[in-house]
Amino acid sequence: MSGANGSTEPALPAAPGTGRAPRAERRGPGRLRGWGGVAGMALALAVAAGALFPLARHGDAADAATIAGPGVARAVQAKADDCKDPEASLSPSSADGPNIDAIKRRGKLIAGVDQNSFRWGYRNPATRTLEGFDIDLVKAIAKNILGDENAVIYRAIPTSQRIPALQNGTVDVVVRTMTVNCARIKQASFSTAYFEAGQQVLAPKTSAITGFDDSLKGKRVCVAAGSTAFDALKADAHGADYQDFTVPNQLDCLVRLQQNLVDAVVTDNALAAGQAAQDPAVQLKGSPFTTEYYGVAVKLGNTDLVQRINQVLVDYRSGGANSPWMTAYRKWLAADLPGISSPPGPKYRTG
Amino acid sequence: MANPPNVREPETRESAARSAPQPQPQPRPGTRRAWAETRERLRAAATTEPGRLWIMGAVVAVLVVAFGGITAWEVSDRSAAASDVVSRSQPLSADAASIYRSLADADTAAASGFLAGGQEPVDVRKRYDTDISTASRLLVKAAANTSGSAESAQQIATLNEQLPLYNGLVEQARANNRQGFPVGGAYLRFANQKMSTSLLPAAQKLYEAETGRLYDDYDQADTWPYAAIALGLVALGGLVAVQRRNYLRTNRVFNHGLLAATAASTVVLLWLVVGHAVASSDLSTSRAHGQESLKVLNDARISSLQARANENLTLVARGAVLTQDGKDLYEAEFTKEMASLTDKLGAAKDLADDSAGQEPVVKAVGDMNEWKKRHTAARKTDDSGDYDGALTQVLGAKGSTGECFDQVDKELDSAIAHEQAQFTTAASDGHGALTGLPLGAALLAVLAAAGAGVGISRRLAEYR
Repeated sequence: MSGANGSTEPALPAAPGTGRAPRAERRGPGRLRGWGGVAGMALALAVAAGALFPLARHGDAADAATIAGPGVARAVQAKADDCKDPEASLSPSSADGPNIDAIKRRGKLIAGVDQNSFRWGYRNPATRTLEGFDIDLVKAIAKNILGDENAVIYRAIPTSQRIPALQNGTVDVVVRTMTVNCARIKQASFSTAYFEAGQQVLAPKTSAITGFDDSLKGKRVCVAAGSTAFDALKADAHGADYQDFTVPNQLDCLVRLQQNLVDAVVTDNALAAGQAAQDPAVQLKGSPFTTEYYGVAVKLGNTDLVQRINQVLVDYRSGGANSPWMTAYRKWLAADLPGISSPPGPKYRTG
Repeated sequence: MANPPNVREPETRESAARSAPQPQPQPRPGTRRAWAETRERLRAAATTEPGRLWIMGAVVAVLVVAFGGITAWEVSDRSAAASDVVSRSQPLSADAASIYRSLADADTAAASGFLAGGQEPVDVRKRYDTDISTASRLLVKAAANTSGSAESAQQIATLNEQLPLYNGLVEQARANNRQGFPVGGAYLRFANQKMSTSLLPAAQKLYEAETGRLYDDYDQADTWPYAAIALGLVALGGLVAVQRRNYLRTNRVFNHGLLAATAASTVVLLWLVVGHAVASSDLSTSRAHGQESLKVLNDARISSLQARANENLTLVARGAVLTQDGKDLYEAEFTKEMASLTDKLGAAKDLADDSAGQEPVVKAVGDMNEWKKRHTAARKTDDSGDYDGALTQVLGAKGSTGECFDQVDKELDSAIAHEQAQFTTAASDGHGALTGLPLGAALLAVLAAAGAGVGISRRLAEYR
């Protein structure tokens, strides 16, 4: 996936600087537009980084990708981006610890999930069960710790309650399309990345909109309040009107798109793929203009659990084209988010 | 009336008419002659006793007839207003309340059916369809009856525009839900938003406008017929004065004709005062005990319906929409509507003036409290991760919050039926108290005028 990103980016001169840079946080890149020099440099670096990317996930070489980051990030939001590689996590381990013991004593893993994100975490009205890419990962964690993939209590939690739910112990883990960033790693502990996503434009197949670029000029663009996409539009809307089309939830945008109340939607490509899966007449346009990583969140400091989940993820990724990760990808996401040939590689840090 | 010139310059005209070669139709000279006689009498009246008597008789007769006429006119006016209260404006106000209720009920049914899964229960679907067709039908009726009310017409136009759009969104929600797409839930929330920000406010304004018109009719029916009463007193005074003069001049105590005229006028005046007082009191009763109760009960019902819709949407949205301070929006709305329901039911209990009216309200309060308890339990179940358990606690046939809601709705329905019956009885009684008065007043006035005429002519006869 990351490789694909890198190769398509040169088509959008301004995008690369933004494409790689704010990976660590969910801030818009657009303010960079005027920084010709920086953007040019970032372009060169990003192309190089893009080529390295699949490997770069794995440690040392990753620094190459972050070179473009700091300057950009500082320009956008220094506060949230005062760390390097927030998606780097602890080394994997199969050892038990106090938190794992507590889950075993309970006999159930309590997982905070989403119930409204098609293909990720949603309740199938026909079967009345939760399904999706996130749910499969929860099952893999439960099977590893408790030996039973159904030994799970699912709690649907709203976006804003993800960290509070961890802090007050309502849930053990949050697997809910949650982006790892510098602000969040101070509030919760994260596993290694299990998915790489980015902000992207969703529009009707017949639309003339080509991506997050000037083809948005004069168009009505729907965006969820408080989302990364909103910040991105705020930084540079490309002449699009989005202020009047801000909704509480990303899914509300699909309603408005179908009702012809808006011309396009800007959201996370992973969620946008879920929207496209519900309407064959819409598709993702252009390429992602940010890079973000989804991680499994646990309460800050529950290191035994983080290491154990990282071990689960090692097993989940392994097996090449037949790995559990690729199987889940093909089942849930490939149709609307094609072109991913492998999971993002894990990045580890010490301490 | 139109002849004062004749009175002033009669001779010139008369002679002109006679000498001219008959330009006027035949009866004309006869009329002229009658007026000439009248003029002669009036002239004589200033100097002779028979003349004075004649004038007095005429004045009293005119006063009595005018009294009867004004009474008939004023009472007809109030009777018409009272009739409007019973048969036009209150039904329209009740219809507006039904439109409001049907819309809120449709929203509730849509959310219930949605939660039940791809195949929604037949009765829920039917309830939704009935609500939509009731609202459409009543809107047509209201449109036909709102002549002259710009506010009502505007709200009806809004409702007519928005209702098909709302229905379309609900159908989209259904179609997506059947395919298992979560965007169905987003459609349902969009539909609910349209309902609560556009349709329900318009329905409420329509209800308020129609109720305002009802209160106008009340006020009109309730205004005292001052002109008729004043004229009645003057007529009676005139009759008494004539009889007193008669007594002082002739030492005769009774003049039968004048006495009959006095009696008839007194009957009309008493009938007028008592009839109006009774009508007014009945209308006040219908307003205070019927209409006011109906208003509070209708408000309570809307609150309970909206609380239910929000309770369902909490399970549909699953935290997808939050308030400013990060709470679930629909849960917050539920709490707000339940607080409003508590207030309205308390007010309805205070307004209910008999045990038959209080009983359903007291029961509704009990069921509402049970509803709150079960709701808290259902939220706890949902928060603990047992979504299907929570769904059963909200939608199940037994022991669910839905059971409590249905009870509350049923009890409010019977309380509304009771108050509506009370209203209709009291308002019809009020209208009935004025029945016959206009015609009776007119007949009695003619009788009184005749009596006065006979009485005076008896005296006049003594001079011939």
